[in-house]
Amino acid sequence: MVKMRIIPLLLLKNGRLVKTVQFSGYRDVGDPVATAKIYDAQRADEMILLDIEASKENRGTLLNIVREVSGECFMPLGVGGGIRALGDIRLLLQSGADKVVINTAAVEDPSLVRKAAKKFGCSTIVVSIDYKKNSAGRPEVFVRGGSKSTGLDPVEWAIKVVAEGAGEIMLTSIERDGMMRGIDLDIIRTVADLVSVPVICSGGVGTLEDFKRGFIDGHVSAVGAGSIFHFTDQSIIKTRRYLVGEGINVRR
Amino acid sequence: MIAVIDYGMGNLASIKKALEYAGGKPFLTSNPQDLERAERIVLPGVGAFAEGMSHLKESGMDVKLREAVLKGKKPLFGICLGMQLLAKKSYEFGEYPGLGLIDAEVKKFDFYDTFPNLRVPHVGWNAVGFKIASPYFEGIKDNSDFYFVHSYHVVCREPRLVAAVSDYGGEFTAAIAKDNIFATQFHPEKSQQYGLKMLENFVAL
Repeated sequence: MVKMRIIPLLLLKNGRLVKTVQFSGYRDVGDPVATAKIYDAQRADEMILLDIEASKENRGTLLNIVREVSGECFMPLGVGGGIRALGDIRLLLQSGADKVVINTAAVEDPSLVRKAAKKFGCSTIVVSIDYKKNSAGRPEVFVRGGSKSTGLDPVEWAIKVVAEGAGEIMLTSIERDGMMRGIDLDIIRTVADLVSVPVICSGGVGTLEDFKRGFIDGHVSAVGAGSIFHFTDQSIIKTRRYLVGEGINVRR
Repeated sequence: MIAVIDYGMGNLASIKKALEYAGGKPFLTSNPQDLERAERIVLPGVGAFAEGMSHLKESGMDVKLREAVLKGKKPLFGICLGMQLLAKKSYEFGEYPGLGLIDAEVKKFDFYDTFPNLRVPHVGWNAVGFKIASPYFEGIKDNSDFYFVHSYHVVCREPRLVAAVSDYGGEFTAAIAKDNIFATQFHPEKSQQYGLKMLENFVAL
């Protein structure tokens, strides 16, 4: 049976690896290529690289990093940030990405997910959904790096993009990002139970037990994490060893 | 020289880099004539079956590929959609003929009645059990994990063509082998140590 996945998340800003807290307060955490090599050596199940700056000027930098990482790390590589059109996807795939992660453009151009899934296959298209509580206290989807409200409900939006052809959903709680105080299990489980495609959760992992909670209580197929690998002495190797010990079906 | 067929679909850069790492000399090509100077051929691919087939036909690649494999006896490695395209037909978004190099059909995972919680696409690492002895499996432990991303799978009419199986809502074909044709539903180029070993075995054939 297919294994539960542990996915290190790498955030890029101006070609450097950074880590945010609630989508702001960038902290430099090193060189992306060197870090990717470490995760590869530790046999991460997959890597997701997100360019949070994603300006036009940085496009070349991102493609170069993708080229370098994919030339040395033979594991699945998802790449996102600044994808607006089919041409952007093709360029990323040509540079060594295996999947692309679409976020803002899925909201701003509702036909993009469908067109991309048809052209590149559903399994190539990951739709990333960032959400936080709005002023009315309800969870709402935010785009443009968490800065722009959309009026969309994350659960309904996830169902919609899956119907459009998204092959995977990545769900990020903006409020939990970088806090290392646990995953937002309720919403994540609601989405995971309602969509037919794999769900990757992110935001909040601070302990090894959080991974387990994500799989068991959040019903996700993959748990993404950044801070725990950057800032603690927990590695992918230790995470896997812990999960095996807890009876979770991960790669040994 | 390994011709990696570029028909506008898939993670070509990843495959090229992995073949280089495995000691091969790959080149990407969309020109059917290039198959003549290739010693080996890789048919990669991620995407929809019908679109893949129509791209292969547009350029005449389908004819040259069949020729290189059937007459030229060149080793062919099909990956993911590149494996499915070898079949006689697919039921993805309708019914479409494939290259017909393998007596098989491509069907969607259908286990909702028995496993309603299993997700499609099948994404992630899954154990691959070998059904035959093959030079492609040299140096690889039986039941090692390989990386899969797919919603459709190949159903062989001749069981002896099944080289390896995996399990997702029941056993399905993970690799096929017939004469100089070998193909995997999983992505060796993304499967770290053992995936690279499989590509090395292909390069060393």
